[in-house]
Amino acid sequence: MAAGNEVAPAEYIQHHLQNLTFGLHPENGWSLAQTAEQASDMGFWAIHLDTMGWSLGMGFLFIWLFRKVGNAATTGVPGVLQSMIEVIFEFVENLTRSTFHHTNPIIGPLALTLFVWILMMNTLKIIPVDYFPGVFAEIGIDQMKIVPTTDINATFGMALGVFILVLYYNFKIKGAGGFARELSLKPFNHWALIPFNLLLEVVALLVQPFSLAMRLFGNMFAGEVIFILIALLPFWAIWLLDVPWAIFHILIVTLQAFIFTVLSVVYLNAAHERH
Amino acid sequence: MNINMTLIGQTIAFAIFVWFCIKYVWPPISNALHERQKRIADGLDAASRASRDLEVAQEQANQTLRESKEQASEILEQANNRSAQIIEDAREEARAEGERMIDGARAAIDQDMQRAREELRSQVADLAVLGAERVLESAVDEKAHRKLLDNLAAEL
Repeated sequence: MAAGNEVAPAEYIQHHLQNLTFGLHPENGWSLAQTAEQASDMGFWAIHLDTMGWSLGMGFLFIWLFRKVGNAATTGVPGVLQSMIEVIFEFVENLTRSTFHHTNPIIGPLALTLFVWILMMNTLKIIPVDYFPGVFAEIGIDQMKIVPTTDINATFGMALGVFILVLYYNFKIKGAGGFARELSLKPFNHWALIPFNLLLEVVALLVQPFSLAMRLFGNMFAGEVIFILIALLPFWAIWLLDVPWAIFHILIVTLQAFIFTVLSVVYLNAAHERH
Repeated sequence: MNINMTLIGQTIAFAIFVWFCIKYVWPPISNALHERQKRIADGLDAASRASRDLEVAQEQANQTLRESKEQASEILEQANNRSAQIIEDAREEARAEGERMIDGARAAIDQDMQRAREELRSQVADLAVLGAERVLESAVDEKAHRKLLDNLAAEL
């Protein structure tokens, strides 16, 4: 609410949904975008510094934390932190074991990375919406969106990574011919229905990354908008809505991380399946 | 809400993190966990084996206890029998001894009585002879009347 009282609600919301964008502006060259128009003028050749920074931060925190615990891991009685990490680890391991029915040493670490990374990025949302923008405004950085998963680029980036693996394993396990056969002959095994099958299967395949990215992004973005709207209330009324919504979001945050992970594993499992 | 290079950046970051995870994060945790699982399984195994051993040992101990109890009661019974026997023997012996002593005493008494009677008899015979001498004022021919007197004394 630091700036909320002075600026108009629409402007406040707009401001909170604007990423810190650095890119090639047609007129200003490589620069930080000051407004949303400038950011959209930059087109593809721009990068969201806040999304990248926070997501890399969370990613390295994950690697550092798990690596530290893994190196210090004893086979004896585990400490509190080790137990926590082990609970998460076993959860993911069981998940991959029950969902993924082939042998691939990459799937476990992949699922662990996805789950913990997304969980950490999502959890940033519990921090009140004005804290970090306020702090960064003090040091002269006007835009700061700290939750990377409310940025479609972040979710789609991960979904794209998963999709590349899906394509890779489809080609690797089934071969180009096998993959093509699966795409063209699967639901209805008849030559006359090949175009129809092809359409169906290609759409089903291509929709995978969108499904992953949009679901996570949609949930996180919508939640963020609600948080911003709640922040527009008078300061004494905020907690009435903010607290229940935040508590509810503890569920959403975990659930969305879980869904993204499970679906990725399911897609990869399908990529390994021979027919 | 713009799609831009962040997308590529995120994909690269994702790839790097997954690679890091495969290389540096997954193996140590996985090893530690599975090693602990194995150790716990071994421990549980050992525990169940130990409890089985304990059961066997207890069974053995019970068996031994039962046997020794039986032996003890057997020994006790034997001892009881023996003591009863000894008491019985002693009693028998005592009775025999007592009887013998009584017999001895009785024999001695009989003998004494016999002797006393003998003596009495001879004295009575003497007295009778003396009385008869006095009565007859003459000496009875002892030799002649001895037989008569002896008969008389025997009748007493």
